[in-house]
Amino acid sequence: MTVGGWLVMIVSVGTVTGLFAWCIYKVMTEKKIEDHHIHGLDIDTPDQPHR
Amino acid sequence: MAITESWNSRLGVILAVSGSAVGLGNFLRFPGQVAQYGGGAFMLAYFISFLIIGLPICWAEWTMGRSGGQHGFNSSPGILQAIIKHPAGKYLGVIGVLVPLIIYLYYVYIEAWCLGYSLNFIRGSMEFSSIDESTNFWATFIGAGADGSALGFGISEVGGFLIFCFALNFFLIYRGLSKGIEFFCTYAMPALIVIAVVILIRVLTLGAPDDSRPDRNIINGLGYLWNPTKVVLQERPAADAPWETVTEIVSPVALATREAEAAASSNLQVIEIGIFEQMRRPGLWLAAAGQIFFSLSVGFGVIITYASYLKKSDDIVLSGLSATSANEFCEVSLGGLITIPAAYAFIGIAGVAGMGTFDLGFKVLPMVFSNMPFGNLFGFLFFFLLFLAAVTSSLSMLQPVIAFLEESLGINRKASVSILGLITAIGSLFVVYFSADVKALDTLDFWIGTFMLYILATIQIIIFGWIIGIDEGFRQAHQGASMKIPNIYRVLMKYVTPAFLLIIISFFVMENMLGWTPWGGESEVSSYVTDLVGGEGKEPNTVARMSVGLIAIVFIFLTIITASSSRFKNFLNREGAQ
Repeated sequence: MTVGGWLVMIVSVGTVTGLFAWCIYKVMTEKKIEDHHIHGLDIDTPDQPHR
Repeated sequence: MAITESWNSRLGVILAVSGSAVGLGNFLRFPGQVAQYGGGAFMLAYFISFLIIGLPICWAEWTMGRSGGQHGFNSSPGILQAIIKHPAGKYLGVIGVLVPLIIYLYYVYIEAWCLGYSLNFIRGSMEFSSIDESTNFWATFIGAGADGSALGFGISEVGGFLIFCFALNFFLIYRGLSKGIEFFCTYAMPALIVIAVVILIRVLTLGAPDDSRPDRNIINGLGYLWNPTKVVLQERPAADAPWETVTEIVSPVALATREAEAAASSNLQVIEIGIFEQMRRPGLWLAAAGQIFFSLSVGFGVIITYASYLKKSDDIVLSGLSATSANEFCEVSLGGLITIPAAYAFIGIAGVAGMGTFDLGFKVLPMVFSNMPFGNLFGFLFFFLLFLAAVTSSLSMLQPVIAFLEESLGINRKASVSILGLITAIGSLFVVYFSADVKALDTLDFWIGTFMLYILATIQIIIFGWIIGIDEGFRQAHQGASMKIPNIYRVLMKYVTPAFLLIIISFFVMENMLGWTPWGGESEVSSYVTDLVGGEGKEPNTVARMSVGLIAIVFIFLTIITASSSRFKNFLNREGAQ
């Protein structure tokens, strides 16, 4: 493996791993998450009446 | 108020979308593409494609999906009609139902291969000493030898696994969005990543497994994958004949040997191909953009449906980026470091060069695992990982069709799941029955799983940039957002992404259908075209024609339902009255 190969691998893997870690950190620490209710109505989905 | 389904948590929707994207392409297709097109050059084109195609279409799909959901629609036809407020929208949206439905028909078959391989590894029945042996197992297991031969139900046949996968998928989809899809992805995605990391550690610590071939080691395998400058041996039959590449050279030992051979013969030469020279090949850009496409599940009709279950105030910019980055992590940091280096270390370049997804995954890797210390365990883990990835993707293909059936026919989930189960059972039976040379699977994958993705994504980005309008699109995208989309994406999403996609489609039609390569090389009409209409000395293939006929029948069926749905008509009537 050449120096260039090491460089490409480290930059590529480092970039996407860093981006993924940053996103997870942001999602987990976002204050909004505490009172974030994506959940609209807690229902049993099977056989739900159609709107 | 209408009772509707919804996601249970923000992390849940991110895991579901990333679960949809993470699949076989991350662990098998991506490494093969990187190795084939030259590590550094491919990665540069890949990241550029990610920035100007992947992210823009993801954000556009998330935005349009949530907007459609606010109008009460969860299916692609309903969403697109609600957005453009014209009946043409629902017909364009039919593609967003057709694509996941057709892909599911063969994807569940591959899902069954993964499960079957994992169980065969753990019971110790995968002992191969050559690729021929593993190829024979694969051919018998999936019925590649003759039509109808895949319908066996033994442990070394795919039939039983297929039924199990079908039952699992429909059990989860019946439980619903939150209690089925989200529940499964919440456990499957972290498990998948943990398993991949365990396998990665095993692979990176393999060293040189064969003492007699020290040049076949993991470092050289990584070099084959990532080196930006390619060193190749070329040969010509006569002094006035053009040079043809014989093989790539990675290890210093092989380089010294090849250079000595080249010095002794005027018809052999060793040359270096630099990164920028490689990047001048349009084929490399086509491959990089295509990989981004398939990997991120853009143009599948999945993200638009998943996002429709969000609320108006939910963040979609960070969620979209998070799901996308999770997929990229699995692809580049895990998939990119596992398969090719492992195959290289055991078999050398001959075992990895020019291998397609199925060849690498189901012929080469089983042989590699069976020769590895604790190979049965790691083989089981690897194929179970692929199985988990396949299930999360399969579920995402079913939900858009479920949403469509519920909306267009006015039925509940139980009825829609039953109808979809019947349709997919018939369709999958077709794919599995015509298993010889995986012709039906291959034909459906080319026309729907490849070509139609480009078409749907292009339609979506044009609607976002030109019909909704970039200013309004950005305003909608930023509702509830915890981060901003960089302003440069206004220009990218309006001009660059659609133009780039249209260029890609043009090259795809030229090269992959008509066989015309403007940058040189042999010109031959694609077998996917000659299978349908004949030519190039070949007769049309009956199975390929029936496969395209199946697509046409499903498309007509979906279009008729869309056209006659009162729900879609009433929406436009209400909008017109207002």
